[in-house]
Amino acid sequence: MDTYYHPPDLGKFGDVGKDAPELWEKFSAWYDAVFAEGALTEREKALIALAVAHAVQCPYCIDAYTTASLEKGAAPDQMTEAVHVAAAIRGGAALVHGVQMRNRLDKVSM
Amino acid sequence: MALPTLLNTRSPLAPPPAQRAHLEALPLARTFDEAAAAADHDPLRPAAATTLQINVGKRCNQVCRHCHVDAGPDRREVMPDEVVEACFALLAATDIPTVDITGGAPELHPRFRDMVARAAGLGRRVLDRCNLTVLTLPAYEDLAEFLAGHHVEIVASLPSYAGAMTDRQRGEGVFEQSIEALRRLNALGYGTPGSGLELNLVTNPVGAFLPAGQAALERDWKRELERRHGIRFNRLFTMTNMPISRYLDWLEQSGNLRGYMDRLVQAFNPAAVDGLMCRHTLSVGWDGRLHDCDFNQMLDLAVDPSAPQTVMDLARGLTAPGGTPASPARALAALQRRRIATGPHCFGCTAGAGSSCGGATATA
Repeated sequence: MDTYYHPPDLGKFGDVGKDAPELWEKFSAWYDAVFAEGALTEREKALIALAVAHAVQCPYCIDAYTTASLEKGAAPDQMTEAVHVAAAIRGGAALVHGVQMRNRLDKVSM
Repeated sequence: MALPTLLNTRSPLAPPPAQRAHLEALPLARTFDEAAAAADHDPLRPAAATTLQINVGKRCNQVCRHCHVDAGPDRREVMPDEVVEACFALLAATDIPTVDITGGAPELHPRFRDMVARAAGLGRRVLDRCNLTVLTLPAYEDLAEFLAGHHVEIVASLPSYAGAMTDRQRGEGVFEQSIEALRRLNALGYGTPGSGLELNLVTNPVGAFLPAGQAALERDWKRELERRHGIRFNRLFTMTNMPISRYLDWLEQSGNLRGYMDRLVQAFNPAAVDGLMCRHTLSVGWDGRLHDCDFNQMLDLAVDPSAPQTVMDLARGLTAPGGTPASPARALAALQRRRIATGPHCFGCTAGAGSSCGGATATA
């Protein structure tokens, strides 16, 4: 069945470098540096990435950072809490627009 | 409740040749020999043998889902006296410094205590690869004290400090029994710095992924086992699950085999080749046959046919099959010139930070 997302395509990510190798190399070097141990541990960065993957709803990223989180020593309860953080921010982001609704409501109401 | 072994269920993947064929049929990006050659090991050969690993049999009181031995209570393979004696004749005639006793649950072997005492008597460092729960069995309640009395280094399996994760891999109730065993070992001084009683834990992933960094995990484990259970230990070793026997079967059944093998190949670390345990360990099977490592043993991969084939050959001083007796030391030297047998499973020991019976072998 044709779909836009195929799990094996994750392994072809490097194909994006075709026809623009310099840009791909710059992206790859920056990406590797971002996820290297720094002020945050590799595990913390993997959990942030896992949460963001859910927020941006990228199935490739969810697969990749579920495995990466496990391989950096994160436990399933920590990973689940990270996903709740993403969901809470998305939910909260929707709800906070309610203030705009309240403002408009106040303006147009008697 | 214990799961059945592959042998007991007549699984198509129970015979080692079927496992080898299954792995060889996978279209991997390159062979292990190609990868090793690119890391300046063409062909892969041993360095000095620093460990004699004696696998005394496949009997075990547990039936863990990832077991590469397919060990369990229904297995009947037990090392006979002739093989035990050949191991000690070899040890007495050579200076291999470490004796690593494994299984199955090696403590279930009727001559386990005799082997420990003799190896310690020869002045060798003795390792017991212990599943912990065996120490709580009614007939083995004095075993921990015996091990402490001979200063045996305990290398104990515990996949996770979280009970549910451990039980998922090793069986219902295993975690609680393991904690009880660790408490007994701690009470004897095991895991206390300066006691001379070394207690090291081995963790392996509960699933189809690579282990996390050993140093970071060790910090977590020490903190959490102390905080949750008051348990102390010396070192944590991370081990990659090998695509052999029950873990291979699980990979296949769960649809993870191809992805896991691709991951192992993609994570090949050239720096992990030097420290491969097949280069430093001599593995003896319950029947006396020699293997490059415990994994090759379970896949029924013999050593190079031009080298001595059994520990009895080594003890008799045969430098080649059918040759004339020289001395055990010369036979061992001849064996160490062999070419190591490899296969797709070998990528399990070179992925990421590498993996061995002593944990990570390189920096990821």
